[in-house]
Amino acid sequence: MSDWLLVAVAFSYLGILFLLAAWGDRRAEQGRSVINSPSIYTLSIAVYCTAWTFYGSVGRAAEAGPSFLLIYLGPTLAMLLGWVMLRKMVRIARAQKITSIADFISARYGKSGLLAALVTLIAILAIMPYIALQLKAVTVSHAILTDYPELPSKLGEEVFWQDKSFWVALVLGIFTLLFGTRHLDASERHEGLVVAIAFESIIKLLAFLILGLFVVFWLYDGPTELFQTAAQKSEQITRLGLEAVPGGASGWVGTLLLASLAFITLPRQFQVLVVENVDERHLKRASWLFPLYLVAINLFVIPVALAGLLLGDAGQEPDSFVLTLPLAAGLELLPLIVFIGGLAAATGMVIVETIALSTMVSNHLVMPLLLRWKWLHLDPDRNLSSWLLGIRRIAILVILFLGYLYHALLGESYSLVTIGLVSFAAAAQFAPSLLLGLYWRQASAKGATLGLIGGFLIWAYTLLLPGFAQSGWLPLSLIEEGPWGLAALKPYALLGLEGLDIYTHALFWSLLVNLGLLIAVSLFTRQKHLEQTQAALFTEALRPEVMQTHLWLGQTSREELHQLLTRYLGQEATHKLFQRFQTEVTAEANRSEEDQLAPPELVAAAEQALTGALGSTSARVLINSVVRGEALDLEAVLSILDTTSQTLEYNKRLEQKSAELARIGEELRSANERLRELDRLKDEFVAMISHELRTPLTSIRAFAEILRDSRDLETDKREHFLGVIVKESERLSRLIEEILDLARLESGRLRLNPEPVDFRQLAGDSVDAITQLFQEAEIKLQVQLPTQQAWVIADPDRLQQVVINLLDNARKFAKGKPAQVTLTLEAWKNNWRLAVEDNGPGIAEEEREKVFEKFHQIQQEAASNSRQRPGGSGLGLPISRGLIAHLGGRLWVEDPKKLKGARLVIELPRAPEQEAKADAPPAAPSEKTG
Amino acid sequence: MKGSLLQARLVGLLLLALVLFTPPVLLVFDRPAWLGFSGLPLYLFAAWLVILALAAWLLEGSKDE
Repeated sequence: MSDWLLVAVAFSYLGILFLLAAWGDRRAEQGRSVINSPSIYTLSIAVYCTAWTFYGSVGRAAEAGPSFLLIYLGPTLAMLLGWVMLRKMVRIARAQKITSIADFISARYGKSGLLAALVTLIAILAIMPYIALQLKAVTVSHAILTDYPELPSKLGEEVFWQDKSFWVALVLGIFTLLFGTRHLDASERHEGLVVAIAFESIIKLLAFLILGLFVVFWLYDGPTELFQTAAQKSEQITRLGLEAVPGGASGWVGTLLLASLAFITLPRQFQVLVVENVDERHLKRASWLFPLYLVAINLFVIPVALAGLLLGDAGQEPDSFVLTLPLAAGLELLPLIVFIGGLAAATGMVIVETIALSTMVSNHLVMPLLLRWKWLHLDPDRNLSSWLLGIRRIAILVILFLGYLYHALLGESYSLVTIGLVSFAAAAQFAPSLLLGLYWRQASAKGATLGLIGGFLIWAYTLLLPGFAQSGWLPLSLIEEGPWGLAALKPYALLGLEGLDIYTHALFWSLLVNLGLLIAVSLFTRQKHLEQTQAALFTEALRPEVMQTHLWLGQTSREELHQLLTRYLGQEATHKLFQRFQTEVTAEANRSEEDQLAPPELVAAAEQALTGALGSTSARVLINSVVRGEALDLEAVLSILDTTSQTLEYNKRLEQKSAELARIGEELRSANERLRELDRLKDEFVAMISHELRTPLTSIRAFAEILRDSRDLETDKREHFLGVIVKESERLSRLIEEILDLARLESGRLRLNPEPVDFRQLAGDSVDAITQLFQEAEIKLQVQLPTQQAWVIADPDRLQQVVINLLDNARKFAKGKPAQVTLTLEAWKNNWRLAVEDNGPGIAEEEREKVFEKFHQIQQEAASNSRQRPGGSGLGLPISRGLIAHLGGRLWVEDPKKLKGARLVIELPRAPEQEAKADAPPAAPSEKTG
Repeated sequence: MKGSLLQARLVGLLLLALVLFTPPVLLVFDRPAWLGFSGLPLYLFAAWLVILALAAWLLEGSKDE
C-alpha cells in the first residue's frame, strides 16, 4: 500500500477530528453545548479503549486466553459503583473546581503542594510507557500496511528523523496543542475535545466490528466453522480456559483488581469521568452503557485471535492480527479502515492523556516554582495567563517527546499489553489515597505522601527495573538472582513470594505498602486545620448543604483581587467574574470606589476561578498573598457543618412537633364542637323538662287553690278535682322516674340484673298486662309467638317495661275501624326479634332515627302546634333504646310489613336453652281481641 | 426510589458481579464445553450481560434524587 495514501488518509482523519472539536467548542461558547448528553459522556469514557485494546486484545487472547477480558471486567465493576462513588468525586470536583487527579488528591489532603507534585511525577512516569505504546501501535500498523507481506522493518535503528514514530509523536503533539490549550477557562473543561473523543470512540468500535464480521462471516462460514477449524489444529490453539491465564486464579483476581483501580486513577480517565462531566446524572446511564460498549468491542476478539493463529506465519505477531488478516485475504479497503480504527484509538488516548498531564505539570510542578520567584510574583503588569498557556504547550511537547524516547529506547522489548499493565500498576498507586480519602476523614497528608512514595518505589522495583533489565540496560542477573545475589530481593519474587504473575505480585506488594503506610501514618499524625477542613468537605460531599459553605473570613479590597485575577485569568474572565457580584455590591454599598471590601463570596469565587486555572495549591498561595486574615479554620468549618446538620435535625423535629400540634388542635376543636353541642342539648333538655314538669304542677296547683278557696264546693266536684290532682301527681312522679332512668342510662349508673329470660313468656305476660287498655280502646291486638321457648339474657322487669312501652305507644297511634296492633316474636339468625306494628300514620323515613331523641315528640308537637298529643313524656323511646342497648340488643324503626303504620323492632341475641321455669305459655299463634 | 436504597442495591449488584467474575464460581465453568474449548469466555460474556441488564434496570428505573 502506498505510503502517501496512508499519510493522506491519516491527515484527513485528523483534520475531520479537528473540525469536530472546533465545532464543539464554538457550540459551547454559544451556550448550546452538544456534550450535555449521557451517551456522549459514555462515548468519551470509552477513551479507555486505546490502541492497546484495538491491537493488543487480540494478541493477548491468542497468548493468554480469556485474560484480556479482565481489562474490561475491572472497569465494569468500577462503573457499578459509578452512582455511589464517582458521583461523589464529580460533586467535589465541581464544587472545588478540580482540574486533575493530582489536584483532587492534593485538595483532599489540605491542598498540599508536595502531594500534588508527587502525584504529577508518578503520573508522568506511569503514563510515559503508555504513550510510547500508542506511538508504537501507530508506527507498527503503518509499517505493516506499507511492507506487507514482508515483516515490518525494525524500529529504532534509524536516526530519529527517519523514524516514523518521531513524526507521529510530533504531529500528535501539534494537534493536541491546537485544541487542547486554545484558551484558559475557569474550569478546565474542553467541550470540543469531548466531542472529538466521542467521535473517535464510535470510529474505533465500528472499525473493530467490521473487521470481526469480515473474519467470522467472510473468511469463515460463521463462528461454527471457525471454531471447528481451530479445534482441528489443537496443538497451536489455546483452549481459552483459566490455565492459559498467567498466574492462574490469583493472576486473574489480581489483574481484575488492577484494571478496576486503574480505570479510575489513570489521569485521562479521571479527566473524562470527573473533570469533563457536565451533569452528574449522566453517570446513571454511563454506569451500564459504557460496560456495554466494552462488551461490544470485545465480542469478536476471540474469533479474530483464532483466525489469526490459523493464518500461521502469514499472521506475523499476534498484536498485528487485526491488520494481517485482511491483508492476507488480499483486501485494500478493509486494512485501511482498521488502520483508521487503530489511529482513532491511539490519538484519543494520546490527546486526552497529554492534556491531563500537561495541566498537572503546569499547575503542580511549574507554576508553584515560578510563584516562589519574588520578581514574578510582584510584577503587577505582567499578564500570566498567556504564560500559563505557554507552559502547558511546552509540557505537551515534552511529554510526547518523553513518550517517544521511551518508545525508541525500550519499546521493542515489550508487547503492547505488557507495557499497558505496567502503567496500570503505577496509576493504581493513586487509589488508596484517592478512594480512602473519600470516606475516611482521618486519612492525613503525611500518610498519603508516604503511602504514595512507598507504593511507587515498590512498583519501580518490581516492574520498572526488571523491565530495564530485560531491555539490556541492567544485567539480567538482577531478575534471576536478585541484587548482589540476595534471593529475597528478587524483583519478581520479593521475600521469596512466588507463584504469582509479575503484575499481581507487584500490585500486592505495592498496594500493601501504600495502604499500610497511609493508614498507619494517618493514625499517628495530627492533621493541620486546612487538612481537616478539606477532609470534612470531601467525606461529607454528598450532603447537599456542605459545598455551599463559604470558607473565607479574611478581608481584601476588590481592587487587589481584580488585579490578581487579571494577571492570571486575563481581562475578560475577570470582568465576567466581577460582574456576577456587581449588582449586589452596588445595591448595598453607596461608596463606589474600587477600594471597597470584597465580600467573602467574591473571594471564594476568585479562589475557585484561580483553582480552575492553576490548581488548588497555587490558587491558595495567591489568594493568601492578597487576603488579610485567616481562612476559616477547622473549628469554624466543622461548627458550620455541625450547625447545618443540627439545624436540619431541629427542623425535622420541629416539623414533627408542629404536625403533632396541628393534629391535637384539630382534635381539640372537634371536642370543643361536641361539647358545645352537648351543652346546647343540655340547655334544651332542661327547658323541656321544666316545661314538662310545669304542666302537671300548674294544674295541681290550680285545682288545689280552687279547693282551698271554695270551701263550699259540691262533694262530687271536689272528688273530681282531687282525682285530677292525684292523676297529675302520678304523671309527675312517673315523669321524674323516667328522667332519673334516663340520667342513670346516660351516666352509665343504671343497674341491670341480666338473667336468662324466656322472651316468649315475657311477651305473653306483657300482653296480658296491657290487654285491659286495648280492650277499653277497642283496638284489635294480634299476637304471634313461636312454638318453642325463646331464651335471651335480659333484666326481665326492664325488658317488660320496654315491651309494654312499645305496645302502649302502638295503642296510642293505632286508629281507624278497626284499629289494629300486632306483636310478633320470631327467630332471626342468632337473634330473637320482637316487632310491634300498628296501623297508624307511620313514621316517615327521615324521622325514624329522630323518634329516639329525647322529647322528640314534644318538639314535633311544638312545630305542628297541634293539640292532638297522644300523651306521654317523649322519653319512653330513648329510654327503651338505652335499655335494649345495655342488654346487648338493638331497637329500631323499620318499614311496616302488615299494617302500614309504624313498626318497631327489638332484637336480642339468643341465649342457650334453659329449663322451663314456669307453666307453658299458650301455643302460638294465638289471638286476643279487645 | 430513595437514594440510599438505590445505592445499597448497586453495592449488592457489585458484590454479585464480584462473585460471578472471580474463582471459585469461575472454575465451575472452566471446563471443555464445545469442541474442546473451555466454556469460560461464553460464561463471562453471559454473566457480563446479565449484570449490565440488572444495572440498567436499577439505574434507569429510579428517579433522580
